[in-house]
Amino acid sequence: MSEYALRTELPRYLRNHQESIEKIARKYGLDPFPTVFEILTYDQMNELAAYGGFPTRYPHWRFGMEFEQLAKSHEYGLSKIYEMVINNTPAYAYLLEGNSMTDQKLVMAHVYAHVDFFKNNFCFRATDLDASGRITDPIRTPLPYEPNRKWIDKMANHGARVRRHMERYGVSRIEEFIDTCLSLDNLIDPWRKFTGEPAERKIGDGGPEAIEVPRLRSKDYMESFINPTEYLEEQKKKIEAQREKKRNFPEERVRDVLLFVLEHAPLDTWERDVLEVIREEAHYFVPQMQTKIMNEGWATYWHSRMMTEKILGPDEIIDYADNASGVLATAKGQLNPYKLGVELYRHIEERWNKGQFGKDWEDCDDFEIKRHWNMRLGLGMKKIFEVRSLYNDVTFIDEFLTPEFCIEHKMFTYAWSTRNGRFEIESREFQGIKDKLLFQLTNFGNPFIYVVDANFKNRSELLLQHDHQGTDLRHDYAQEALRALFRVWKRPVRIATIADGRPVHLCFDGKDASSEDV
Amino acid sequence: MSLKIDQDHHRFRAIVRGKIRGNLKKYISHGELIGRKGKDLVSIPIPQIDIPRFRFGEKQTGGTGQGDGEPGDPLGGEEQEGDGTGKAGKDPGDHTLEVDVSLEELASILGEELALPDIQNKGKSKIINAKDRFTGIRRVGPESLRHFKRTYREALKRMVASGTFNPTNPVVIPMPDDKRYRSWKTQSEPVANAVIIYMMDVSGSMGDEQKEIVRIESFWIDAWLQSQYKGLETRYIIHDAAAREVDRDTFFRTRESGGTMISSAYKLCDQIINDHYPAAEWNIYPFHFSDGDNWSMDDTMVCIELLKKELLPKVNMFAYGQVESPYGSGQFIKDLRNQLATEESLVLSEIHDRDAIMGSIKDFLGKGK
Repeated sequence: MSEYALRTELPRYLRNHQESIEKIARKYGLDPFPTVFEILTYDQMNELAAYGGFPTRYPHWRFGMEFEQLAKSHEYGLSKIYEMVINNTPAYAYLLEGNSMTDQKLVMAHVYAHVDFFKNNFCFRATDLDASGRITDPIRTPLPYEPNRKWIDKMANHGARVRRHMERYGVSRIEEFIDTCLSLDNLIDPWRKFTGEPAERKIGDGGPEAIEVPRLRSKDYMESFINPTEYLEEQKKKIEAQREKKRNFPEERVRDVLLFVLEHAPLDTWERDVLEVIREEAHYFVPQMQTKIMNEGWATYWHSRMMTEKILGPDEIIDYADNASGVLATAKGQLNPYKLGVELYRHIEERWNKGQFGKDWEDCDDFEIKRHWNMRLGLGMKKIFEVRSLYNDVTFIDEFLTPEFCIEHKMFTYAWSTRNGRFEIESREFQGIKDKLLFQLTNFGNPFIYVVDANFKNRSELLLQHDHQGTDLRHDYAQEALRALFRVWKRPVRIATIADGRPVHLCFDGKDASSEDV
Repeated sequence: MSLKIDQDHHRFRAIVRGKIRGNLKKYISHGELIGRKGKDLVSIPIPQIDIPRFRFGEKQTGGTGQGDGEPGDPLGGEEQEGDGTGKAGKDPGDHTLEVDVSLEELASILGEELALPDIQNKGKSKIINAKDRFTGIRRVGPESLRHFKRTYREALKRMVASGTFNPTNPVVIPMPDDKRYRSWKTQSEPVANAVIIYMMDVSGSMGDEQKEIVRIESFWIDAWLQSQYKGLETRYIIHDAAAREVDRDTFFRTRESGGTMISSAYKLCDQIINDHYPAAEWNIYPFHFSDGDNWSMDDTMVCIELLKKELLPKVNMFAYGQVESPYGSGQFIKDLRNQLATEESLVLSEIHDRDAIMGSIKDFLGKGK
C-alpha cells in the first residue's frame, strides 16, 4: 500500500465481490497485479480524475480546470466517471459510491483486465522503476517478472519537490515555468527506453582525418621556399579551426528534444528539477497513449465475457446490457476506442479459431471459400493473449485491421471541406482508412520534431526540424511553443518546417516571433 | 468537505477572471453575458485555457470514423470532440467552458475594467448593513487569523517569566497557549437606497438592434448599481406618444409604431418619484434611451423645462443615452446639450453601435454620482 493512498476501504459486501471476481479473472488466464479498490464520492472521484488518478500531484491550475470540467459535466448529467485504474504496484482502482451493484461488478471485472494489460503488455515495462524510483531498462528485466511501479509515491514526491521550489521562489514563478515545460512535453522520444542509451563513440575510431594542407606544386629543391614549413603550419591551424566551427552539435539529430534541452540548456537547479519532473511524468503516460485502443478493447472484451458467463444474475442482465451499450456506442460517426478494440480482438479470435490466417488464406481470392473457411484450429484464445503482450495500437491496427472488418463496421475517412466549411465523409476505401488511422496513432498524432543544430549560425541558437509529412503545424501554437522553448534555452530558437508548401523557419528571438523563408 | 484540488481550482478561477477581464469588451458586445441564470449567477462561456504545443492544424488532418453515410455527407455535427483515440489535434481550440460568476463578482470586474469610482451616497436611509471588522485579540480562533507578533510576544513573556529564555541564544518557541488570534465585531451601518427608472422610446424608429443595445447596457448598469446599493429598486417606463409603466419583460419586448413624445415619459417619471421615492431618502437614477427623434421642438422645450424644474433637482444623475438608428434625426441630444449645458447631474451619451456600449457605461457611471 502506498502511504499516499486514500485508504477508503471497501465495505465487506464489495470486498466479497472483489475476491470472487479476481478468482474468476485468474481462472480465465488473466494475470493482474494485486489490486486495491477504493470507494469514492463523486467529488473525490472528479478530483482524482483531474489529477490523472493520483492522490497527490504537483500544484497546477490545469488540474483545477480539469476538475471544473468534470464536476460541471457531472452536475449537468452529461457524463460520469465509472471507473479509474492506476498503473501502479499494487494497482489502485476507484469505484464510484452510489453506483448500482451491477455497475460495481462490471467495473471490477473491467479493472482486472486493465491491470492484466498493465502487467503484461510490453509497452508498460517502460514504467518499471528500480528501488530508488528511477525508471529501469525495460529490456533487461530479471525473471520472475516482479516489477516495481510505485508511481503514486513517485508522483507525490514530484509534488513535494515542486512545492518546495514554490515555497522558495514563489508560486507564480514556478507555475509559469511549469506552463513552459508543458508546452514542450510532447517533444519526447516515446521509444527512448527501448532503443537504449546512445552507444558511446569509440575514441580513435573514425576520429578526425589527418589534415592535408594543399601545397603549391614545386620542384624538390624549391619545396622549402615555395611551401615553407611555417606557412604549412599556419594553414593547418586555419583548417583545424574551420573544422572546429563546422562540427555539428548534436552530431546526429536528436528525437528527445526535452532531454537534449535538459542536458544542455543553461538551466537553474530548480528549473532543471521541474523540467525533469514534467519529463518523467510525460513518459509515464506514454504507454497508455500507445495502447489506448488495445487496452480499452481488452478490458471490454473481458468484462463482457466475465459478466455474461460468470458474474451476472438474471435480474442484472438488463442493467448490464444498458450500460454496455452506452460504453460501446459510436456517437456522431466518431470512432470509439472501446468498440474498435473489442471488435478487433473478437475478429482476431474468430480468425485464429477458424484458421483464417497464413499464406493459404491470404492467397485465396474466392470470396465464397473465404466466407466458409473454418479449419477448427481453436487458436483464438492463445492468439489474443499473445497480441495483448506483444502489440501496441500501431502494430495492432497495422496487422489485424482487414478490409472485411472495415466493411462490417462501416468505417470511413473524413476530411475538412473548405467549400462547405464542414467535415465530410471522404471515402470508405480500406487502404485510406488504415493509413489515416495509423497516421493518427503514430506518435499520438504529434508532429515529429528533432534537434538538428544547437549552435545555429555559430551563435548557440537552437534549430529544430519538423519532419513534414503532409500536414502543416498550427502556426499560432508553434509560435507559442517556440516562446516556451526560448524560455528554457535562453537563446533564440527556430524550427524548420513547411507552411503552405514553402519551406520556412519559424523563429523566436526573445522579443519577436517571425517567419523566415528559406 | 475540502479537497486537495481546491487550491488548483481557485488558481484556475483566478486565471479565468483575468481572462474575462481581458475579453470583457468582446463578451459584452456579443451580449453573451446576459443569460441571467438562477438567482444571482451569470453563466459565461469562456475559452478553455489550452496549453500551446507543436501540433498539427486541425482542418488539414481529418480522421477516421464509423457509421452510415456516403462520401460527401457531412459528419454528424461539426464538433470533433471526445473520442480519445489520441488523434491529431482533436481539439479545435475554440472549446468553451461555462463558468458561473456571481453578479457581485461581475460588477467588481466591470468596476475595475472601467475604473468606475464608488458612488457617493446622497441620502442615508434606515436600511441597515452589517459588516465585520477586526477589532481585538483573543485566545482561540482559526489558524488563518493567527496574530504572528502577538503570539511571539506572549511566548517571549512566558519564557522570560519561566526563566527558559536565553539572551545569548534568543530562540522563542510558542506553545499552543501562547497563540493569539484576531477577533472581529459585527458593526452595522445605515446604507442608502436607490431606484433606477428606465425609460425607453419604443416608437417605430427603434428597431430590434437598438433595443438589444439598451438591454445590454441596462444589464450592466443594473449589475453595477446593485453592487453599490443594497436594496436597489427598478422601474420601467416605455413611451411613444404616450408613456406607461410596465414590467421588465414588457419593457424589452414592446414595439409600438406611434410617434414620439418624450415629455410624456418625463412626466410619468416625475410622478413616480413624487409618489414613491422622496428625494431626501432615495438615490434616484433615471436612465432614458431613445433614438433622439422627438415629435416637435415644442415637446422638447417641455422636456427641458421638466428637467430643469422638476427632475434634475431630485435625482443623483439623469442619464440620457441616444442610440443611433437609421430613422432617427438624433436632434434631441443636441437640444439638451444646448439648453442644459450647465447642469452637472445631466449625463449625455451617444451609442453608435454595440462596441460603443462600454464607453457609454463609463460616461454614465464614471462620475461616481
